[in-house]
Amino acid sequence: MLKIENLHASIENKSILKGLSLEVKAGEVHAIMGPNGAGKSTLANIIAGKDEYEVTEGNIQLNGEDIGELAPEERAHNGVFLSFQYPVEIPGVSVTNFIKTAINETRKAKGLEDMPAKDMLKMIREKSELLEIDRKFLSRSLNEGFSGGEKKRNEIFQMAMLEPKLAILDETDSGLDIDALRIVANGVNKLKSKDNAVIVITHYQRLLDYIVPDFVHVLYDGKIVKSGDASLALELEAKGYDWIKQELV
Amino acid sequence: MELKDKLVSSYVAFENRVETDSEVHEIRSKALQNFEALGFPTKKLEAWKYTSLSSVLKQDYSLFPNKENNIQLADVKKYFIHDIDAYKLVFIDGKYSSFLSETTHDTFDVCLMSAALVKPKYKAVIENYFDKIATKDNLTSLNTAFASEGAYIHIPKNIEVEKPIQIINLTTGSEAATLLQPRNLIVVEQNAHVQIIERHQSLTSNPVLTNSVTEVFAAKDATVDIYKIQNDDESASLVDNSYIEQKSNSVVSVHTFSFGGNITRNNLNFYQRGEHIDSILKGITIIEGKQHVDHHTLVHHIGPNCESHQDYKGIFDERSTGVFNGKVVVEKEAQKTNAYQKNNNVLVSDKATINAKPQLEIFADDVKCSHGCTIGQLDDDALFYMQQRGIPKKEGKALLMYAFANTVLESVKIPEVKQRITKLIAKKLGVDIGFDL
Repeated sequence: MLKIENLHASIENKSILKGLSLEVKAGEVHAIMGPNGAGKSTLANIIAGKDEYEVTEGNIQLNGEDIGELAPEERAHNGVFLSFQYPVEIPGVSVTNFIKTAINETRKAKGLEDMPAKDMLKMIREKSELLEIDRKFLSRSLNEGFSGGEKKRNEIFQMAMLEPKLAILDETDSGLDIDALRIVANGVNKLKSKDNAVIVITHYQRLLDYIVPDFVHVLYDGKIVKSGDASLALELEAKGYDWIKQELV
Repeated sequence: MELKDKLVSSYVAFENRVETDSEVHEIRSKALQNFEALGFPTKKLEAWKYTSLSSVLKQDYSLFPNKENNIQLADVKKYFIHDIDAYKLVFIDGKYSSFLSETTHDTFDVCLMSAALVKPKYKAVIENYFDKIATKDNLTSLNTAFASEGAYIHIPKNIEVEKPIQIINLTTGSEAATLLQPRNLIVVEQNAHVQIIERHQSLTSNPVLTNSVTEVFAAKDATVDIYKIQNDDESASLVDNSYIEQKSNSVVSVHTFSFGGNITRNNLNFYQRGEHIDSILKGITIIEGKQHVDHHTLVHHIGPNCESHQDYKGIFDERSTGVFNGKVVVEKEAQKTNAYQKNNNVLVSDKATINAKPQLEIFADDVKCSHGCTIGQLDDDALFYMQQRGIPKKEGKALLMYAFANTVLESVKIPEVKQRITKLIAKKLGVDIGFDL
């Protein structure tokens, strides 16, 4: 599904990714862990197409197609979804209106008609129940005045509505209490299938108790320096990152 | 001949067309002297520092279009809020069109200024209210000097007018350039209630200059809602001088939607004479090209325990220019005033300009006055967020701008007007997004 080869990227001439390679297949869950400043969020933003980063070397392929030149919305239309670490507040646009626009624009890009209002409402009802979201919440302005947990739950709600092929969860666990974490993880697990893939970016093991990864990667200084199975996350939780840094020396 | 001289020398001809043996005409003649002394405003005046009329005044305007111009309803229907039942006062090249209008004299009067100025039936109201709050400045004096036609609306005590009144000024362009000076008087008596929609529309690209004056009187407990739709051809300029006097417990709102025109200047003045008065001034400006929109507002807090709310939003693209000058005066007697003013602007292009100036003159010591003004660009992070969810950049920008302007639409009480404005905004921004209303 996703294949990243020797990716180098910088922002304002500061090199952040320094030869990162990663392959994610359909049906898999990958966790990317690593200390602050390692380049985890940069990787997520580059896959999503944020243009303030400059890719200087390497490439990103989605289902065999190089997506390097595609606009963020085109990547979204191809099934890329990024759950933001800090979702943006947009006063004046309700959650419902926003997701309706997002879905219909995606359908338009695929040459489909707008989703009938009845189907849209039904889907909104189902997915909001899945994430235990109150109906009143849906008519509020997008992310405006939302608590940290509400913002993250709203991200996963949108993910559920858009049904992406590749979902990248950028520190979705930060700012969540244990109940909210369980609801969010449960939502992600219900959406998982053999046809889609998930990349979980996190500092902590605790989210991985709920969303169990097939692979765990350690990102350090712009590269993946170690990969393993779920047990690697436990080891990192117990020992921190210093031992990896030492291994590298 | 310069426009000023042309106007002054045409006054004799004007006098042949109106009743001159009246108090009203004395007012007119004095106003002409006033205008003769003052002339047109120039950029040397502080109030006109950022708005120049010089290019507009160079045109050779036809002052009193003579031709009767008929228009088919089908051709102009789109300029009406046509999906609601409404009273209509329609003027074509300054002349009343009975064919397109729908007036009434049943329990209240929705009719013509030309009739009100001469018929004995209206004498008392005219004597009490005509030219009583309009200032004696240059352009208002010019309008007063030639005041002869416009809307006359009188709502007696306790009457709630069940449908809105639309005042529509159409210009056919049958003259090379047309000067229009509509004069409106709106008197709303105690506990009466009325909604008014006002629009100026040029039907060709021949230059038009409209210098309009509207006086509004809201008596005790009255409610008046005025919606001004300014979405004219790029060759049409408008100076809208509105004067509103409010008595105790009255609520008056004015929403101004400025989406097009050459030069648009709004002089919106509120005078609060009483207690517990609420004045609401809201505006959305979305312009591009070389268009210019200037909002000059004044709220004069004279009595205690009153409120005023101002919320103006502007979106300026290409080389368009905007001005917001919001003046709030709180007199010594006006204790416990709550005056709120907000002006937020987005410059879409780096060639666009906005000059924003809040002006507060406070003489009372126990008041709450706040003002905030912002000038910014669209939020790139918000755009990326929307693109990430599959909303293309162009639509994302439109959605952001729509959201930005949205707070002003929330207080629009007529759903059809709200819908129309939403559509106008979507059309202006060049996108088709299925907004919920």
